[in-house]
Amino acid sequence: MKLVTAIIKPFKLDDVKDALKEAGVVGMTVQEVQGFGRQGGHTETYRGAEYKVDFVPKVKLEAVVEDGDAERVADVIADSARTDKIGDGKVWITDVLRIVRIRTGEVNEDAI
Amino acid sequence: MDAGSVTWVMVSAALVIFMTPGLALFYGGMVRAKNALNMLLMNFYCLGIVPLVWVVIGYTLATSGTSPVIGNFDFFGLKGIIVGQDGGEQLLFVFFWAAFAAITPALIAGAVADRIKFVAWVIFIPLWSVLVFSPIWYWIYGKNAAGELIGWLGERGSLDFAGGTVIHVNAGIAALAAVLVLGKRRGWPGEAMPPHSLPLVLAGAGILWFGWFGFNAGSAGAANAQAVQAFMNTFLAAAAAMLGWLIVEKIRDNHATTLGAASGIVAGLVAITPAAGYVGGMAGMAIGFIAGVICAFAVSAKFKFGFDDSLDVVGIHFVGGLTGSLLIGLFADPSGFGELGTFDAGLFFGGGWGLLGEQALANLAAMVWSFVLTFAILKVLDAFIGIRVSEDEEKQGLDTTLHIETAYNFGELSSSGRSV
Repeated sequence: MKLVTAIIKPFKLDDVKDALKEAGVVGMTVQEVQGFGRQGGHTETYRGAEYKVDFVPKVKLEAVVEDGDAERVADVIADSARTDKIGDGKVWITDVLRIVRIRTGEVNEDAI
Repeated sequence: MDAGSVTWVMVSAALVIFMTPGLALFYGGMVRAKNALNMLLMNFYCLGIVPLVWVVIGYTLATSGTSPVIGNFDFFGLKGIIVGQDGGEQLLFVFFWAAFAAITPALIAGAVADRIKFVAWVIFIPLWSVLVFSPIWYWIYGKNAAGELIGWLGERGSLDFAGGTVIHVNAGIAALAAVLVLGKRRGWPGEAMPPHSLPLVLAGAGILWFGWFGFNAGSAGAANAQAVQAFMNTFLAAAAAMLGWLIVEKIRDNHATTLGAASGIVAGLVAITPAAGYVGGMAGMAIGFIAGVICAFAVSAKFKFGFDDSLDVVGIHFVGGLTGSLLIGLFADPSGFGELGTFDAGLFFGGGWGLLGEQALANLAAMVWSFVLTFAILKVLDAFIGIRVSEDEEKQGLDTTLHIETAYNFGELSSSGRSV
């Protein structure tokens, strides 16, 4: 079992969600987060004084998938989140040791 | 006093009372979220304490006497003000002006944001109202028992329709003195301290704009031609100043901003305050536009000179008030006011340089008194109780440390039950 985590541009969330549903992913969790990568931050101006804002708003998306699906799901996210402009984000895959579906007690692949 | 005039001044008083909550939102949105409640409370506190102080002692010192510099105690504690004898006329103005007295020191809150001890503010405000506000009011508006102007500036012919000098220049220069005593916020100017809620700032600016119709048009003291002219000018100046500020931003910074719009509105309202009942509509529009442009540049002075006037009280109220007050010397035009046109004409309307000189003198006098007294009051307070919060309190924010409250409790995880 793998956890696919993606940091994406907030306005691409709907596209990514729809693409993942179409690819058979049955659940996901999203958070509004702030961060920066090579894009850096941006500037804001208040009464003529310019400030640099380091952390920019992003969406963090997580989905637990079966081993064989992980790379395909990561590619689906990357393709649907891409704008070809700096700041598109990242996708990574990590191992998951154990999953329990709380309502039924099912574990691992049955709980995805 | 006719019923229409009594009604108008009563309504105006309520409008001006509404301005202090408006100012609270205007300022409250501009500070960081951790200090929002402290800013709101500093403003609302003024609405609580100042009218009480004004009614007891401020009014009598500010309005009625025999000396050119300060009033007497004839109306101490509302003594001799009997509604059954004059139809309530005098009490009406005690209250109308109490609303002005309340918002004047509240303006200073924007300069000392995020770092002044609340207890220091609590003591400072009534002292300032009696020692600074009442004397300057008297210099311009004080009258003797016969109803003649007797304050040394008013008697010379200085014009201040609704408080450009007495309120805005006064509070603006006091704000400068206050930040010089208090020092700058930790991290300023390097650290970004952006407004936490521009929608609140815009809501506050809208309330101020609305309330300002009472401030200016009510200051005619009657439902008359001067009130109507002031009403129109109040609108025109605010609208023109907003556009002026936005044009500067678009040209200089490449973007027009909501904070710029709100700031321009207030700058225009400040500038038209001294002039509202003395100028025609086109002059009102010009005064607003000029103030919007000048103040859009003036707010950058604090970075050049290194004083942390946090929310630009100096750049907007001092500079805007001074601009409007001096422009009376150019634009005052009694010819259009019929029998109410008893004031001097400005340079552009055949009056020569005399009025401009009087305006300059009045503002200089108010600046010196306000700056020196404000500086002294805060120095003394600082020596006795310390006026600045601790480093930890400043970093954590004044809401949780001074008021044990939080402005925004989102979600349901933040409370874990009532402690008994």
